[in-house]
Amino acid sequence: MVGQSTNLHGLTLTAMARGIASGDITSADLTAQLLRRVSTLGSELNAFISVTEDTAMAAAALADKARGSARRGKLHGLPIVHKDLFCTRGVRTTCGSRMLENFVSPYDATVVERLARAGAITLGKTNMDEFAMGSSNETSYFGPVRNPWNPALSPGGSSGGSAAAVAARIVPAATGTDTGGSIRQPAALTGTVGIKPTYGRVSRYGMVAFASSLDQAGVITRTAEDAALLLGIMAGFDSRDSTSVDHPVPDYVAGLAAPLSGLSIGIVRQHFDAGLDPECAARVREALSVLKSEGAVLTEVDLPHLDLSVPTYYVVAPAECSSNLSRFDGVRFGYRASDPRDLMDLYCRSRGEGFGAEVKRRIMTGTYVLSAGYFDAYYLQAQKVRQLISEDFRKAFAKVDIIAGPTAPTPAFALGAKTDDPITMYLNDIYTIGANLAGLPGISVPCGFAGRLPVGLQLVGAHFAEERLLACAHQYQQLTDWHERKPESCA
Amino acid sequence: MKAGWEVVIGLEIHCQLATRSKIFSGASTAYGATPNVQACLVDLGYPGVLPVLNGEAVRMACLFGLAVNATIATRSVFARKNYFYPDLPKGYQISQYELPIVANGEMMIRGEDGTEKRIGITRAHLEEDAGKSIHEGLGQYTGVDLNRAGTPLLEIVSEPDMRSAAQAVTYLRKIHSIVRYLGISDGNMQEGSFRCDANVSVRPAGQKALGTRTELKNLNSFRFIDKAINFEIARQIGLIEDGGQVVQETRLYDAERDETRPMRSKEEANDYRYFPDPDLLPVEIAPAYVQKLRESLPELPDAKKTRLQSQYGLRPEDAEILIGSRELADYFESLAGTTAAPAPLAANWVIGELSAALNRDNLDIGHGKIGAAELAGLLNRISDRSISGKIAKEVFEAMWAGEGSADQIIRKKGLIQITDSAAIEAIVRAVMDAHPTQIADYRSGKDKLFGFFVGQVMKQSGGRANPEQVNEILKKRLSDAR
Amino acid sequence: MLTHVTPDTSPGTNPEILVSLTKDQVLHIAMLARLRLAEQEFDDVVAKLSRIVEFVDQLQAAPTKNVLPMAHPLQQTQRLRADVVTESDERDAIQANAAMVRDGFYLVPKVIE
Repeated sequence: MVGQSTNLHGLTLTAMARGIASGDITSADLTAQLLRRVSTLGSELNAFISVTEDTAMAAAALADKARGSARRGKLHGLPIVHKDLFCTRGVRTTCGSRMLENFVSPYDATVVERLARAGAITLGKTNMDEFAMGSSNETSYFGPVRNPWNPALSPGGSSGGSAAAVAARIVPAATGTDTGGSIRQPAALTGTVGIKPTYGRVSRYGMVAFASSLDQAGVITRTAEDAALLLGIMAGFDSRDSTSVDHPVPDYVAGLAAPLSGLSIGIVRQHFDAGLDPECAARVREALSVLKSEGAVLTEVDLPHLDLSVPTYYVVAPAECSSNLSRFDGVRFGYRASDPRDLMDLYCRSRGEGFGAEVKRRIMTGTYVLSAGYFDAYYLQAQKVRQLISEDFRKAFAKVDIIAGPTAPTPAFALGAKTDDPITMYLNDIYTIGANLAGLPGISVPCGFAGRLPVGLQLVGAHFAEERLLACAHQYQQLTDWHERKPESCA
Repeated sequence: MKAGWEVVIGLEIHCQLATRSKIFSGASTAYGATPNVQACLVDLGYPGVLPVLNGEAVRMACLFGLAVNATIATRSVFARKNYFYPDLPKGYQISQYELPIVANGEMMIRGEDGTEKRIGITRAHLEEDAGKSIHEGLGQYTGVDLNRAGTPLLEIVSEPDMRSAAQAVTYLRKIHSIVRYLGISDGNMQEGSFRCDANVSVRPAGQKALGTRTELKNLNSFRFIDKAINFEIARQIGLIEDGGQVVQETRLYDAERDETRPMRSKEEANDYRYFPDPDLLPVEIAPAYVQKLRESLPELPDAKKTRLQSQYGLRPEDAEILIGSRELADYFESLAGTTAAPAPLAANWVIGELSAALNRDNLDIGHGKIGAAELAGLLNRISDRSISGKIAKEVFEAMWAGEGSADQIIRKKGLIQITDSAAIEAIVRAVMDAHPTQIADYRSGKDKLFGFFVGQVMKQSGGRANPEQVNEILKKRLSDAR
Repeated sequence: MLTHVTPDTSPGTNPEILVSLTKDQVLHIAMLARLRLAEQEFDDVVAKLSRIVEFVDQLQAAPTKNVLPMAHPLQQTQRLRADVVTESDERDAIQANAAMVRDGFYLVPKVIE
């Protein structure tokens, strides 16, 4: 079918890539179509902070011209978007904050560089919780993002814009970041695939830091196959990031074919308790049955310290972020308060006015748990509990290949519903946080609906088990069609 | 110091390591660049950037540790020291807290009474330097230059083992000498690559408990350190004797007024909220690496001094001066090894004429006008008695002015010494004949006139008569005449 | 991973740890963090922070005796970089992001030392 199709947005990234390679699709056509959806749907959902229409179209034209060239990257001419936490040279990087509202980075994040080198075209920067702090995309200075399945609901966070853009078929893929579940949870709430790799698998250089020992870059797509394609390009050692691991990157796409038969899957006893919505529980159990029917072996495993993962996270992450965000002082970049009386006033007002309430809360929590007299009881204690939690996973992975369970305790919730009690919001991450604390890879895959809202199945693996996770997710997607369901508004 | 009192001094040295690039980024560390041209994104604490550790800084820190007999940590950790100040772009300094790279070292110094005293070195750790704040010349603003931000520092902390300003200065000079010997720092105090803070407290002699200490900052020469500490000692003693109490505070030394005064900006106690830096991983140092470094250690000042004394027969005072810098000692050894003149003569020339010329022209030994081989040529002529020591000084000046080698100058100026006894005899006889009055006076007991006769003979010979022979012959002839 | 052993912080050894924050504590924390809180948000901040601290307080009961704190999820050690200058002068491009620059300096209100 030659170029003039109007439903290109329905294609997966992999299909788009095939179409461009074969000449059936032009990058210009594809980019133009998606850009139209960015300005209509994207706008309604408030999924974007910046749109780079002109550069995208120019890049698309160039990509089409280079068709004959032998040296084309795997993502040649393919449109994607980046979470606004990744530095993009020449294009605003706001981190969803007033503090960086007009900040234009002089350099590209490694992730951005690698995807661009592979030929990808950036259509824009997606909306997110401010500085990645949130689970509902309601803390953004640029307003909340709406869930394409129901615009009164949150798409989850902090990569809410990325998840909404992919779920609404505005783009086939979006980068995201995950510190406590910020890729996986929005993926679950929007019926998309979201993968957070092993800590150190993908470079953090150029990814504005929230909690340095927990942050990882990943992607949100509709299929595991697409995620495999992108992760293969993003992953790998980067000498500019001391925490980057020099570990060979397997061919994730080739590895997708690994069968489910014989795969040992752990079910966590502590997952299926009162906190989990019964419909979500049911969809997850059904998904597990599907896996079992294809030869996977289900075993019960124990993560006895699961309940402590959220409080641990809410000591460690704020501590690290309180320090990481000290650089935002109005002096060299970013928001600067007008007419400061003195240096103290410059700092206090630039930061007081530049940061939103949740960010300030986390900075203060972090400052508190690191402060004299409290360090041992909170920060040090949390780091010890982190060790306990990691040990739980180590023991579990001695018994099983993958741990499977719900990604989120409930389906998408109403915008404004959970903003009063910070703890209620924090508990959204109960199933995802453990993987961040232990540095493990995790993926969320759509596994059904609770009413009309998507439910996600989470798979967590041992360090560097992305291949296995992607394969399991892919095989599951061969047997189900949840990933092909789309929100009514997004036909 | 007043009788009945004792002072306790501990020193903290921030020594800039002479790496080419910064400790956590690839920006240059060269001194003196225009503001902010050597501050890259990592140094500026831009969003998203990350630190990567310079291996040379680690090597230099380990070398220091070995030179002071310290333990090199097999595993050390970087920690963030959190506080806000304009010259600290990230709002935290990457430093080391609980697990420094070097710990438990020592330095032996000679006390005022000549005895050896051990000064403990608690720790030495790596950290990044902050930028510079300029408070003058920008109206109602302070200007921030971050060129220096990220330069590697080795913070060397001593035990509070010093008991006088003099001991403190001696310790400092030794550390200063060592870091230069190791080639890990240029130790330039004016440029800020060797900075010292002193912690000073006093207590009644014999008391075990420590008094309240103050921290003295802005001490950028050995002389100022001595004066500042002595001022502070007197101030604290005076305060206590008047019934007051020493306040724990940071004080700046004002060189113009020769006094210390409290620093204004650091009043509130800072809670640095140290925690391990999550962007950096623990530094592991293998014993094999340390062993190789140990083997590569250059000869250190103390060992060199001992060896120079024994190998070259030098006096301790002379050896002490020669080890002042590695380059000076190397020059001396090169000279002593090349010249036929005895080593002590070589030492005298290096310590005397050569150093005077270098000081006069404000040059360091590396940029002097006369190389060791050339100077050896000059000393050889003294040694073979071609010229006298006095003439040699003339030749030295001419060499320094670039007029040629010793031999060329001696030949050109006809400065060969007269050593022919007959010739000197003739001059002596002529002088004696010309001054009968003085001869008579000398005979009648005015021994001082001997010098007059020597002077006359030297004058007649154009300064070239060999002084020892002149003395010998004059003595004989004058006593004959008696 | 820190390799020293720290004192046992299980309940009973730290009875002074309060679960609710006072206004003064919050003011102090805000000062350390250089955050100016508006009048109208102050009470809310005290309440929410107290709630958070209360929540994380359950960590006190965790069985962490003889457990080493985990600073990094993977057992890696720091890689060393060669001592080479790789960055060149990009000051003008970079300073385009700064609000106040003069003669190459970043400007802040005058500080008196």
